[in-house]
Amino acid sequence: MTELLTVSDLAVSFGEVRAVRGVSFGVAEATTLAIVGESGSGKSLSSLAVLGLLPAQAQVTAGSIHWDGRDLRACGADELRQLRGTDIAMIFQDPLSALNPSLTVGYQIGEMFRRRRGLGRDEARRRAIEAMTEVGIPDAARRAGSYPHEFSGGMRQRVMIAMALALDPRLLIADEPTTALDVTVQAQILRLLRKRQRDGLAMIIISHDLGVVARTAQSVVVMYAGRAVESGPVADLYTVPAHPYTLGLMAASPSARDAGRRPQPIDGYPPDGAALPTGCAFHPRCPFARQRCRTEDPELRTVAPGRTSACHFAEEVLSRGGAVGHPRA
Amino acid sequence: MRSTAATIAGSVLALFVLVAVFGPLLVPYDNVTTRMADRLLPPGSTLSEGGFALLGTDQHGRDVLAQVVAGSRVSLLVAVTVVVVGGFVGLVLGLLAGYYGGWTDTVISRLGDMQLAFPSILLAILLAGVLGPSLTNVIIALAVTRWVIFARVVRGSALTTRNREFVDSARVMGASDVRIMARYILPSCVQPLLVAATVQVGLTMVAEAALSFLGLGVPIDQASWGSTIANGRDYLDSAWWIAAVPGLALTLVVICVGVLGDAARDDSDPAKSSGLGRKPLRRRKAGTPAAGSTAAETTGDSTQAVAR
Amino acid sequence: MIIYLARRLWQSVFLIFGAITIVFLVLRVIPGDPATLILGSQATPAELAALREEMGLTDPLFEQYVRHLAEVARLDFGESWRLGGDAFASVVDRLPATLTLAGYALALTLLIGFPLGLHAARHTGRAVDRVVSYLSLTGQALPSFWVGIMLVLIFARMLGVLPGTADGTPVSLILPAFTLALPFLGWLARLVRNGTLEELGKDYVRTARAKGLSERIVFNVHVLRNTLTPVVTVLGLVLGNFIADAVIIEQVFAWPGIGSLLIDSIVNRDYAVAEAAIVLIAVFYIGLNLLVDVAYFYLDPRITLETV
Repeated sequence: MTELLTVSDLAVSFGEVRAVRGVSFGVAEATTLAIVGESGSGKSLSSLAVLGLLPAQAQVTAGSIHWDGRDLRACGADELRQLRGTDIAMIFQDPLSALNPSLTVGYQIGEMFRRRRGLGRDEARRRAIEAMTEVGIPDAARRAGSYPHEFSGGMRQRVMIAMALALDPRLLIADEPTTALDVTVQAQILRLLRKRQRDGLAMIIISHDLGVVARTAQSVVVMYAGRAVESGPVADLYTVPAHPYTLGLMAASPSARDAGRRPQPIDGYPPDGAALPTGCAFHPRCPFARQRCRTEDPELRTVAPGRTSACHFAEEVLSRGGAVGHPRA
Repeated sequence: MRSTAATIAGSVLALFVLVAVFGPLLVPYDNVTTRMADRLLPPGSTLSEGGFALLGTDQHGRDVLAQVVAGSRVSLLVAVTVVVVGGFVGLVLGLLAGYYGGWTDTVISRLGDMQLAFPSILLAILLAGVLGPSLTNVIIALAVTRWVIFARVVRGSALTTRNREFVDSARVMGASDVRIMARYILPSCVQPLLVAATVQVGLTMVAEAALSFLGLGVPIDQASWGSTIANGRDYLDSAWWIAAVPGLALTLVVICVGVLGDAARDDSDPAKSSGLGRKPLRRRKAGTPAAGSTAAETTGDSTQAVAR
Repeated sequence: MIIYLARRLWQSVFLIFGAITIVFLVLRVIPGDPATLILGSQATPAELAALREEMGLTDPLFEQYVRHLAEVARLDFGESWRLGGDAFASVVDRLPATLTLAGYALALTLLIGFPLGLHAARHTGRAVDRVVSYLSLTGQALPSFWVGIMLVLIFARMLGVLPGTADGTPVSLILPAFTLALPFLGWLARLVRNGTLEELGKDYVRTARAKGLSERIVFNVHVLRNTLTPVVTVLGLVLGNFIADAVIIEQVFAWPGIGSLLIDSIVNRDYAVAEAAIVLIAVFYIGLNLLVDVAYFYLDPRITLETV
């Protein structure tokens, strides 16, 4: 399967902080990749880097980003802009702040057709209403004239999706698409996204919620402190994690409750990017940590077919056979 | 005063006060004698009697420097008296309104709203015009327009302090209202009142000059920066310095007062002076105009007060 | 919505009523005897008494006040003894001139202040940004009448590029309009700058970029749209202040508006005209404030009934 997007050894610095320190991932047509991690792990920055939308203080310092054979790092600002919306689209966590409060949603969706496809005002409006209907917004013709604050959270996220998918992009990057929503609405939105994926859309879902990931993605990259610590197919990774951090994340996940356990937060806090621990960045919080972890930063290595882990003792973690939870717990 | 700007502004103002207090003794201003030979001499000229006119002379041969020095005295006197009188009235009324609330507050606040309903300079012009030109009347006219601003500041502080625990406990201990106001409420109002007073000193100076410029301020036999500017306006072609010099002095002093006021405001703002928010350079927030009597502030206040 | 507007309308009526009351108090209570004023000090006691009776001055003050309110409601401010004829009519005659001047000043404020603010927002920390910062800090502290005279000195007398008195031609209005605008230029620019910077940091800007919109569209459509709302509303307040400040500036440029009429009337004790002028300006000022609130309501879609 050829990948649409291939990111290798991406590094992003945010001011003085090395926020992303060599991350690789890729996604193919009609598949979904999930990037998982706590806030501050660099997952959002990695995806913004793909689109060239990093905040002013942040910049890509190393690595390569290839889109459909093109080197995006070599692209000029305008070339990159041309790709946005038409080839790669993005939706964000909080649709209320991500939508312009002073413009009607019909205008904001129609803008895709007007500015990017050169359609007239009326035609753009008609297409915007179509796009809204397609994502399940009832009474779209009337609602197109409403402002974002007049919609519920779920409907707003549908508006965002309609806008992002308006020009049939080949890849959708969804940054915490359901975090601000309640559970039922969350399920509806995920169903909508899965449907589009079956139709051929490639997706990258960025989330801290393993439950969301399990329901949408085929493969996962787990990030911690700016690095990928584990990657692999969702099913394998969920059955038997190969990194203690993934193990911890699963124990901490709210969906652990579904399995009859109480969510068990990981001890300690994510490290400050400006003052990373020596050796493995996770070792202060790791129940498996030994002397070697304090001095030697583990390489990301293949630990099973199709799976990588950045843990000195990945085999030991794997051999726990999917018994989710911390050994201490 | 940490910043250089505040230090410079403070020095300029100290010089201004010294000149206003002692200057007239050194460079006496004689508004009666007319010396035709010395008419409209440019700055740096030597007078017929051998004197030296650093800032030139006017159409009657009078020394502009002496006029400006004399004017500084009027300016300082008016500004300080107005702020003290207006500040005192505002303090008392603001304390009463903030402490007692209820109809006392309603009456005082509504009175303030009505007065701020039209631009304060108009009220000052009207009052000064009706009262007639005299130093006292200028002070009355301006003090009447200023008390509201002080009253609002004090009322705001009093309102927040009124329900604090230590006030409650004083009340339980049987302290009288007057005692509570003087001992417990007043101290919390002093700082914001001083900040407002600093700003108002500058605005009052400009207002006094404006009234005198219009012929509604101090009588013509007294030199004021405003009346000297009005006089110089007729001689722009032949003697620009008559109008330019007093205006420059006024502008300089007012800007320095503004800089000091800013510094005072920043110092008194607890959020800013706490360790977290300390920054070497501070800028005014948008929507906070420098002058107290401008659009947003006046109307913003009145709208809020009315909507209460 | 209707309730809110009705409440604001009622507040405005109350404020206008307050303004009329204050002007009544200043004009009828302070000056002493209007009869002496009208007839002069040579009038006989009998003549004075007769006029007092005729004017209703012997009635209790409260009766006079109620009668006066009724007169003002009919726009009857009495006759001008100086100009002859209806006082209100003579003020209305001067209204277009003042509005023209204020309109020019508003146009200048917008044409200079808005682009200046946008430019400063795009180049923070650079020279333009610092100019805006200083201008907003000092602009409102400047004595505008003096600034006007200095502008005349430089542009009319020294350079000879612009006329020094306003004779009604658009070119002649540049200097007075600029003088009026200057205090608000920096203020508006700063408001636009800070508003733009704030908007640029918001999430919807990132969304707009993610849509592949050009930077021009992102800025001119998405950001500007949100910066514009507070600016448009603030313009009403600025216009109100222009009309008030024009009182002094019209005098500087000999522009025959309400302001110069007001000053002439006060100096000549023609109080019927003075009152009509002040009440009209106050009504404008209060009315513009009301308009601003209503405009804000319509311009910002987020303000709904619940948030009012």
